[in-house]
Amino acid sequence: MLRQLHGLPGLLAALMLAVLAITGAILALAPVMDRAAAVIPADGEVSVAELAGRVVNHYPGTEQIVRGASGEVIVYYYRDGQPGADLVNPMTGDRVAPYEPSPFFIWVKDLHRSFLLDDAGRMLAGTIAAVMVLLCISGILLLVRRSGGWKALLKPFTGSGGKRIHAELARFAVLGLLLSALTGSYMSAQRFGLLPEPVETGPAFPAEVSGGQPVPVATLSALMSVELGDLRELVFPYPDDPQDVYSLTTREGTGFVDQATGELLKYQPRSEGSALKQWVVSLHTGEGLWWLGLILGAAALTVPVLAVTGICIWWQRRRSPGLRPNNADVAQADTIILVGSEGNTTWGFARELHATLNKAGFQVHCSEMNALADQYPQASTLLVLTSTYGDGDAPASAQRFMARLEGFEGEKTLKYAVLGFGDRQFPNFCQFALYVDAALDKKGLARLHPIERINRCNASQFSEWGERLSEHMGVPFMLTYDPLPPATVTLELVERADYGLAVQAPTSILRFKVAGARQGWWSRFLSRKGAFPLFEAGDLLGVMPPNGEAARFYSLASSASDGILEICVRKQTDGLCSGYLYGLKPGDCINGFIRHNPEFRPAVGSHPIILIGAGAGIGPLAGFIRRNTARNPMYLYWGGRNAQSDFLYQPELGSYLNDHRLTGLNTAFSQSDEHAYVQDKLRQDQVAVRRMVDAGAQILVCGGRDMAVGVRQAIEDILKPLSTDVESLRAEGRYLEDVY
Amino acid sequence: MKKTLLAMGLAFGLTTALTMPAFAQAREVTFTTELRNYAGDGAYLALYLADANGRYQGTLWVAGGKSKYYKHLSGWARGSGLNAAEYDGLTGASLASGRTMKITLNLDDALIDSGYEIRIDTAVEDMRDHRADIAVPLTSEGSGQPQAGRGYIQSFQYDL
Ligand SMILES: Cc1cc2nc3c(=O)[nH]c(=O)nc-3n(C[C@H](O)[C@H](O)[C@H](O)COP(=O)(O)OP(=O)(O)OC[C@H]3O[C@@H](n4cnc5c(N)ncnc54)[C@H](O)[C@@H]3O)c2cc1C
Ligand SMILES: Cc1cc2nc3c(=O)[nH]c(=O)nc-3n(C[C@H](O)[C@H](O)[C@H](O)COP(=O)(O)O)c2cc1C
Repeated sequence: MLRQLHGLPGLLAALMLAVLAITGAILALAPVMDRAAAVIPADGEVSVAELAGRVVNHYPGTEQIVRGASGEVIVYYYRDGQPGADLVNPMTGDRVAPYEPSPFFIWVKDLHRSFLLDDAGRMLAGTIAAVMVLLCISGILLLVRRSGGWKALLKPFTGSGGKRIHAELARFAVLGLLLSALTGSYMSAQRFGLLPEPVETGPAFPAEVSGGQPVPVATLSALMSVELGDLRELVFPYPDDPQDVYSLTTREGTGFVDQATGELLKYQPRSEGSALKQWVVSLHTGEGLWWLGLILGAAALTVPVLAVTGICIWWQRRRSPGLRPNNADVAQADTIILVGSEGNTTWGFARELHATLNKAGFQVHCSEMNALADQYPQASTLLVLTSTYGDGDAPASAQRFMARLEGFEGEKTLKYAVLGFGDRQFPNFCQFALYVDAALDKKGLARLHPIERINRCNASQFSEWGERLSEHMGVPFMLTYDPLPPATVTLELVERADYGLAVQAPTSILRFKVAGARQGWWSRFLSRKGAFPLFEAGDLLGVMPPNGEAARFYSLASSASDGILEICVRKQTDGLCSGYLYGLKPGDCINGFIRHNPEFRPAVGSHPIILIGAGAGIGPLAGFIRRNTARNPMYLYWGGRNAQSDFLYQPELGSYLNDHRLTGLNTAFSQSDEHAYVQDKLRQDQVAVRRMVDAGAQILVCGGRDMAVGVRQAIEDILKPLSTDVESLRAEGRYLEDVY
Repeated sequence: MKKTLLAMGLAFGLTTALTMPAFAQAREVTFTTELRNYAGDGAYLALYLADANGRYQGTLWVAGGKSKYYKHLSGWARGSGLNAAEYDGLTGASLASGRTMKITLNLDDALIDSGYEIRIDTAVEDMRDHRADIAVPLTSEGSGQPQAGRGYIQSFQYDL
């Protein structure tokens, strides 16, 4: 619901929003430029009488003096019957420059408030502003929901690509955008009578004036008592009309000044409504608040990017499998399917299950695990299908399941079965599914069928599970679903660097060219169907070995923006896929696909990052360092065998140290004189490591499983004096592992 | 735009000694106002009659719908006191840059060649105001003679 509320209006309004935002950002420069051009005397230094006296000396035909919100003083005059307007120096009355509002700014302003379409356009612009208010509020709520609470809004976000850009930009800009949109809507609503508009007629003209001989304007007492800073506008009397008066508008109110006696006539203070309105206008335009204008302008500049990334996200979501139309209501359903998925393959299985059970006569409600209801009044069966990510972690659509389960009240009537989806290549095979199974049991639900785990989306395992489910549910049905293998593209090896032969650890850095890859920063906003997906260091490349066996994964050491695809492969003894890759020559081609792994990324921000790895595990870490152009503190602990043979990335690391993308490098070589492992180096450095963790550092570990166990133990020991441990760091996203 | 100004004499009677005989002759007068091409929103205009001293006598026409901007037509605003009864039924839309407005009114014969002048105050949002953008005597000879304004008015003429 919230998502529709954010997406639909956003999609419709995206183009118009972008126009309003870009023009708004340009207009935000106006107060700054006005301010820069203005000569501004100190407070209390110049009175309106003094100013007017100086101005009429230079401009005998003065008709009106206006002080703009940025402090600039403009005189409107006639000379030889010709109208003119100049910016003047209030200290002397001299001309600073002719006053010519830039036609460009006038045009931009017209575009901004009415799309150049007069009243109809103004109404449209007002509506778009209101849509923006809606987008900001629903967006904030979505961000809170996505990051898991208001406090988490301040922490680094995870995720990648368009989604990440959208969230980061929105977090930066949303308050400014909300202010602009609210004030804009307010002004528009007032203009079109939806909100009461303060009456601003001002005082009536005085019936009686002294009619005496006019005296020089500089001697008028009512003008002497007004400071320049409070002046809005002074309109001179019509020449040679003794019955006319000066009209004076100040910050506080409006009145008339007798041109003979200098008396203030019919003064009327501003109404509160009009003062409020003026404030709203200033908050919207930055008039008189040039710094706010700049902030709002910068915030507005994010809108076109937010619009484009927003549309991309919507498009991706549209393409991803959603819910079936014949989804039963929570209140009516007798069977509930909950799905935990990150890459959407599990959804494919869930849809097959949903359709089959529907056909068998069940009322099925299917949703993501995060949408667990408090209870399912009519349901008797709960089926949970979930994949596993990271180190037994929940996939995206199940991230808040465990927390929601605590408040779940439907345990009395429900029987459940969990089906895990995973990959035996990973150390924690279907670990999250196991956790869910145990948690449901603990909650008091009865098992309909013990947990089963499906390896690599195996179709026949799924069918077999279906047969057993059919028996339990007492209705005959069959599940048949074979997911399509991921779409692969052809990658051509362009370069390789070999290490470690001499120490029996043959490892190669392989660089591939993506056939037809798009480059440049803008490419991340586009994701054409059929094109190679965008990737970042830390994502995974799936490679099909030549004999058609299941794909193996390799951590990416480069990002799409680097223009190449780089992996670091250790040749395993008799290894099928690693041997195949190791045997490639430049010009050879392989088939591969990208698996996003957005969890494994260094946090943004200035906290130190500690990278730890051994052997080929250095790949993604080197990729992170390469991208650290912001030069945040980054430390690398890495272990190899011998500095002369398998010191992977040695030349690159040297240059990263030189240009400070890498702050510190600490290597350990097990087949050298020191006989050290990477965890030994961590222990040697424990004071520094502890201090960094205390200062908010994040730790990323990549490489073999044994190394990871050793490192975890070392870090655990190092953290002892602190009131934290690896588990707490992991919960905060500050201890990440990519282990195989 | 065609309007009959039969009440005109009455309105004037309040401000001057010039009382209209009830059988006064009325005559059709066309006022043509052409604006310059300036960069800005539609202009607000007030056409009014003033005596030889420039004192307001009565409203002929007000172009521009939002009365909150009327105070920028300051000569007219002053004279009329922004009293709605002064301009009731004599208002129309604002006039866009470069456009021409033609108004035909029935004016009392007695107003012509009697020392009255036609004035037009103009104002544009966010731009300067022009009090007496045009000020021309209302005479038989003046009929059909275009006059340039000081502000937004490119040319103005009346045809008796
Ligand atoms: C998330 C993830 C990221 C990975 N990133 C990388 C990477 O960046 N670089 C890289 O080189 N590999 C990486 N791997 C490991 C890679 O996917 C393969 O498992 C590895 O290349 C072996 O595949 P194979 O087909 O060559 O061996 P197989 O033919 O499957 O096995 C052959 C022999 O090698 C042994 N073997 C298999 N895997 C390992 C292992 N990890 N350690 C020790 N012995 C093993 C087996 O026991 C067997 O004896 C990653 C794995 C995962 C799950
Ligand atoms: C980065 C990454 C980490 C993974 N970690 C595990 C794991 O720890 N245990 C496991 O059994 N499967 C793991 N998998 C495999 C997925 O669970 C499996 O591919 C599943 O079918 C994905 O389903 P989904 O696309 O619906 O999310 C991992 C896959 C990726 C890409």
